[in-house]
Amino acid sequence: MNNPVLSIILPRLAMGVFILFGVSVLITIGVEALAGDVCSAILGQAAEPSTVAACQAQLGLDRPVHIRYIKWLGNVLQGDLGTSLANQREVSEQIGKRLGNTLYLAATTALFAVPVGILLGVIAALYRNSFIDNAISTTTLTTIASPEFFVGYVLMAIFAVNLGWLPAISNVDSSMGFFTRLEASALPVMTLAMVTVAHMMRMTRASIISLLASPYIEMAKLKGLKPSRIIIKHALPNAWSPIIQVVVLNLAYMIVGVVVIEVVFVYPGLGALIVDAVLNRDLPVIQGTAMVFATAYVLLFLLADILSMLANPRLRHRR
Amino acid sequence: MKQFIAFWKDLNLSARIGLVIVSFFAFCAIFAPWLAPYGESEIVGDVWEPIGGEFFFGTDQIGRDLLSRLIFGARNTMALAIVSTTVSFTAGAVLGFIAATMGGRVDQVLSRLVDVVISIPTLIASLIVLSAVGTATSTLILVIGIIYAMPVFRIARAVAMDIEVMDYVEAARLRGEGLWWLMSREILPNAMTPLAAEFGLRFCFVFLLIASLSFLGLGLQPPLADWGAMVRGNADGIAWGFMHPLIPAACIAALTIGINLLIDRWVFKASGLRDDQ
Repeated sequence: MNNPVLSIILPRLAMGVFILFGVSVLITIGVEALAGDVCSAILGQAAEPSTVAACQAQLGLDRPVHIRYIKWLGNVLQGDLGTSLANQREVSEQIGKRLGNTLYLAATTALFAVPVGILLGVIAALYRNSFIDNAISTTTLTTIASPEFFVGYVLMAIFAVNLGWLPAISNVDSSMGFFTRLEASALPVMTLAMVTVAHMMRMTRASIISLLASPYIEMAKLKGLKPSRIIIKHALPNAWSPIIQVVVLNLAYMIVGVVVIEVVFVYPGLGALIVDAVLNRDLPVIQGTAMVFATAYVLLFLLADILSMLANPRLRHRR
Repeated sequence: MKQFIAFWKDLNLSARIGLVIVSFFAFCAIFAPWLAPYGESEIVGDVWEPIGGEFFFGTDQIGRDLLSRLIFGARNTMALAIVSTTVSFTAGAVLGFIAATMGGRVDQVLSRLVDVVISIPTLIASLIVLSAVGTATSTLILVIGIIYAMPVFRIARAVAMDIEVMDYVEAARLRGEGLWWLMSREILPNAMTPLAAEFGLRFCFVFLLIASLSFLGLGLQPPLADWGAMVRGNADGIAWGFMHPLIPAACIAALTIGINLLIDRWVFKASGLRDDQ
């Protein structure tokens, strides 16, 4: 491996593939533990043993775990996630529809939250320990420490109930026009954005402050450079790597944040799907959605690592 | 008392506010049966009686006194979080120390396993496992404890790795001390401070996870009062203009903010390592 960039990225990629494989095994084991009595749960306590056995054969539960895992993995690689126990529909079709809605939610939020979060973080770092910094930091600490549903219900109480501006429940479907859809999903987007901005702002602030404390910045100050020049010419090139990390890690965070928020606003996304599946003990759906969530999570972490390696010259030219 | 005053003086304003909030909720939790005006699952009035009327915080979706439920909920939710965090620290620290002390293949296997488990978002992981094994209180504690043992493992391992290279550990090794001695007599006493500081922060995460889980219907089962479940149970009221679900939600927020304010001051100094997941 002569290329230095490849030689640090390839091991990380291999690690990512290994982790994805491990995650799929763990999720299967987790769901398998559930499989034991799902048939008796569907058929009720009084079911004949023969009926239960027939049901287990139909679901493939009578075969050993590793055989089922291999078969499931083979199907997944071909894009087949099985059929739902609750409504007999294709899991991949259900996930596909919901995934689009969740991605819409995440993308709209990111579009707004990423610039605002980074901007607030930079402002707080530049004017640290001032009134502005204290105000921003306290507000974001409050948002981070509160559960997502608290933020969600407060916004719902204000904008949907008291002011009546926005719908409390997000009925979204693909036939809606751009603005109708934006209005319908405004509250979940706002909730998710508040939480994400808070995380992003704190991480940006911390990384900028640690950067500003480094000797070469002090040198630039002692030389008498203008603050704007210090930030743009000296600090920013080295800040890209932490900022990329902040953005991607927060996208990963959003993936989990959507679960609770979608339930609050009855938003038809992937998060609401997995919660419903868990409450109905719908194994194939749980397995499929959990795999989608975990894959997105793993891939984003991988992306964060690789991008920050590429953005950081010191990591690129390591001796 | 003197020690307490010294401790109090050492805190800044926000940490003091945090301490007051945390002590208030701890007091409610400990003396719940004496403080609560009504029983935990006693139906005392109509559905959603107004806040500030005959009942201080009104009544909930089936007519139970909300204040009493809140006080008992403080006890249930906090106890669950404390026990789960303790389980996660015990398991995580023991395995982390073993990995650091034994090194080699044991360390490799444990670390890779943790890498995999930590790659599943905690909420998703607990949803899968809890839907599989049910939500008895003991299972909840075990599942949350094991899931949160993973980050603790990483921290404990990193801390123990630094201690493990010290001369006095080397000396103990040469003396022929066994694994248990090395872990409990050489590493543990020196790892205590950073781990203790970490405990507060992890308690917050665990507390929020429990709140989210019970909000999603997978927490403590009724009639036990639980803050997250109280939010969900009363949520329908919001559409009719009843603000009842905001009260338990605000309690969750207040407690975690209080802990954060309190630990903000020393956790970040005491523990050299952060892994914000």
